[in-house]
Amino acid sequence: MDDKRRRFLKLAGLSAVAGIGAPSAFNLLLKGEVNASSPAPASHGTESPGSGHGEAPTGVRLGMVIDVNKFAENPGMAQKCVDGCHQTHNVPIFLDSKGQVNPKDAIKWIWKEPFENLFPDHSHYRRNDALHELPFLALCNHCDNPPCVRACPTKATFKQKNGSVIMDFHRCIGCRFCMAACPYGARSFNWRSPRERDENGNLKFIKNLNEKFPTRMRGVVEKCNFCAERISEGLPPKCVEATGDTGAMIFGDMNDPNAPISQVLKSTFTIQRKPALGTLPSVFYII
Amino acid sequence: MYDKGKIIPGIIVFVCLLIFPILYNSGSAGVLPNPEKPKDQKECVKDKQYMRTTHMQLINDWRDEVLREGNREKVVVQGKKYDKSLMNGCMTCHTNKKKFCDECHVYASVYPYCWDCHFVPKETI
Repeated sequence: MDDKRRRFLKLAGLSAVAGIGAPSAFNLLLKGEVNASSPAPASHGTESPGSGHGEAPTGVRLGMVIDVNKFAENPGMAQKCVDGCHQTHNVPIFLDSKGQVNPKDAIKWIWKEPFENLFPDHSHYRRNDALHELPFLALCNHCDNPPCVRACPTKATFKQKNGSVIMDFHRCIGCRFCMAACPYGARSFNWRSPRERDENGNLKFIKNLNEKFPTRMRGVVEKCNFCAERISEGLPPKCVEATGDTGAMIFGDMNDPNAPISQVLKSTFTIQRKPALGTLPSVFYII
Repeated sequence: MYDKGKIIPGIIVFVCLLIFPILYNSGSAGVLPNPEKPKDQKECVKDKQYMRTTHMQLINDWRDEVLREGNREKVVVQGKKYDKSLMNGCMTCHTNKKKFCDECHVYASVYPYCWDCHFVPKETI
């Protein structure tokens, strides 16, 4: 083919594409119909993303403050929180054929995590030695702008009116989009049936069954539910209960100015996990 | 018609075989399901007819109210409080799943997956 004609055709084609496509794309963006990232409507904290402490004007917004120093003073208390939660919610401990726990399919609602994994954006050169020994607890942050809720195709995960992000296990299809969306690793997938039994008919993975709370089934994602079933009865979450009167975990309505949690948040320096992501977490740490 | 002598008796035998089960069972409805109701209870949250036809809908609505709206207010019928829950509500009175749930579900060939996660009362799980 003649080189001139070839160049002409290429140019004509490109101009046509640009001429048709660019104005419509421009119009969409100008009108604001499409955003580069569209946050889910944040009903409780309306501050700009990334500002960390989202303050809500009205309604209940449940939150939690974890005082890591109190956990350091009471060794073993963190494990008590984990065990208490997992026992209450029938969280299975999956064991492989050798009886070992494989971290890849471990289910965790609340767990211990080293500082550098919990706060990667706070890692810096010449860190305080004590940080490495502190028992940090991690759990679902019950974000005010939860990415998992946006990712869920079946609305199995949703935000309640009180700000807690919970799951309807009936609707979970196990696509694990929420696990990919959650920046905190707070979600676990049931690769195996939690109700597998040994040859004597006993449950292999759940000891000390709580018959008031269901188990899950294979192929379902699960996570902390901020003890929705206990809060409705006026009880504190199980992990908070496990800390007793040490004040290591403070739970309550952050929008109530008289609640202990509001007083603590007002008077103490706290940090959140990955605040720059704009998820507006409801879990705060005192270090 | 060729082979009349074979075809016509053949058709008659075939039709007889076909309608035999219908004739054999005619007049009897088979064994009807008879779910055993709790002996020490007289009232349920709704009347018998409603529960028979719509219990699955009611349980679904309860779940959505409890989970989505966070409304765990107990259902009060004639002064008695019921949890809006299958495991902690229904099954506290209807303690025998085999004689209550399964009786009809098996008859109607309905196999809901409630028990994959929820517990059957007094089940050694």
